[in-house]
Amino acid sequence: MTSAGETTQPLLKIEALTKRFGGFVALDNVSVDIHPGERLGLIGPNGSGKTTLINCISGAFRVDAGTVTFGGEDVTRLPPHVRTRRGIARSFQIPRPFRSMTVAENLMVALDFATVAGSFVPEAQRRDTVMSVLTRTGLASKADISTTRLSQVELRKMELARAMATHPKLLISDEAMAGLSTSEVDEVLDLLLALAAQDITIIMIEHIMQAVMRFSQRVMCLDAGKIIAIGAPDEVMANRRVQEAYLGT
Amino acid sequence: MKRNSVAFWGAMALFLVAVFLMTKVVGNEYPFFAGYVILQFIVLAVAWSILGGYAGYVNFGTNAFFGVGIYTAVFLTKAFGASLAVQIVTAAAVGALLGLAVGLLTLRMQGIFFSIATIALSIVIETSVTNWRYVGGAAGIQLQRPPALEMFHSYLQMLFFVQAMLVVLAIATARYIQRSWIGRGLQALKDDELAAECTGVPTLRLKLLACVISGALMCAAGAPGAMYLQYADPSSAFNLNYSVTVLAMALIGGTAHWIGPVIGAIVLGVTQQLLAVTISSEVNVLVLGVMLVLFVVAAPEGILGLVRRIVTRRRAGGEA
Repeated sequence: MTSAGETTQPLLKIEALTKRFGGFVALDNVSVDIHPGERLGLIGPNGSGKTTLINCISGAFRVDAGTVTFGGEDVTRLPPHVRTRRGIARSFQIPRPFRSMTVAENLMVALDFATVAGSFVPEAQRRDTVMSVLTRTGLASKADISTTRLSQVELRKMELARAMATHPKLLISDEAMAGLSTSEVDEVLDLLLALAAQDITIIMIEHIMQAVMRFSQRVMCLDAGKIIAIGAPDEVMANRRVQEAYLGT
Repeated sequence: MKRNSVAFWGAMALFLVAVFLMTKVVGNEYPFFAGYVILQFIVLAVAWSILGGYAGYVNFGTNAFFGVGIYTAVFLTKAFGASLAVQIVTAAAVGALLGLAVGLLTLRMQGIFFSIATIALSIVIETSVTNWRYVGGAAGIQLQRPPALEMFHSYLQMLFFVQAMLVVLAIATARYIQRSWIGRGLQALKDDELAAECTGVPTLRLKLLACVISGALMCAAGAPGAMYLQYADPSSAFNLNYSVTVLAMALIGGTAHWIGPVIGAIVLGVTQQLLAVTISSEVNVLVLGVMLVLFVVAAPEGILGLVRRIVTRRRAGGEA
């Protein structure tokens, strides 16, 4: 599955991952390696297990079988906040801001808890860090506004900014573009590409095909909890099973 | 920010000096008798809001912690004739342990389930104490006050001053938490527990910490109560009214800032004392209920939220 001559250790290694909800198998023996700096598109019809996979990687769900190895360390049993500190960040499909806080305060939470403990950073410098992340995500003017007053696209960006503030090695974006207009999709996509250019590995779940095609170096397609195709974007799109499962043709 | 702290500690010092002067100037014992209860409720309401307000975990077991504080003091007095300071410090330690135990058992539950578990806790502890002969069992126990420290005229005045010191301790703790990373973490997990975890917040550990601190303060507030009444019995020490009253005080004051429960406890505490004198102590519960309903409907964020809304509106009006 990896290109020939690949020698680097995978950043994220998922082996034989299985997750069941009662009798329903949401993820069935999923294995995949994700390499440092990679941009992976994750597609699949609704209910195919994409978000479940993310929840297993970020630690929101306990897996029933299999392992998740991150940077050479087995993180399968670690709680989410420890994984965040190790460098796994995510956004949520339905934005989950800290509603009682401003945009800047949302990011401060990440600075307070996700970065190296014990290192004292003065308030002014922390504010600078927050502002630089907000500037990069185009939210600088919204810093001191309550998150309840943000628009959809701003909320999506805030989620990505908060994830960025944890200084991740791996960023998982869960449908950050769903429901946005074409120009807004481009904004978020450009943002993700800019982050990828800073050597952050990104897994992007998306239904918008142009975005997936433009973004991904590799695309993985899930259906009913199994990987049915993985590889170069056009190959995966041309795959008959993918077309049957995902595109419904 | 520093100026803010200077003002805060100045106000706290002024408060203690005023309380101390009051013990010198006021001869009548009644103000101390009534004031003690109000101070005690300030500590309880502030302590409650550390877990209930900042973290959003509604604790119905205030009476359990309060009662354990009283009975720790009773036990220490009977067994060792311990001094008031020892009673309070030990009660705080017991409260912290109880908070830890309760937290470990219940904090994995969310919302209403946590609240129900805390009610169950208070029933379990009350039943245990009721069946504990050594501290008087169901019949209760009489206690003799030792002589007060020389600088106070009476033991009651000393208790009044001690409770005032606990008020300062509780407020300073709540204020520290609110302004530190702990407060930010609690606020984050109150808003959204999963998002907080995924932003690096160790939610379980923070909730435990809040429960431990809150429990320690509540037990400490209860400890002098044994000597205040010179009597303790399980059904009044573990009375569910404490839980309801404290919850009402915090909610009526507002829980977003440490000053909220302080205001709530003063407003409600003073009202209750006045009613107890003028009408009857039974009418308290009725008034409590009516006030709670009024606030839930008209000002869900308490007096604090109400003031904030008015200020914002004024400012908006001024600009327009």
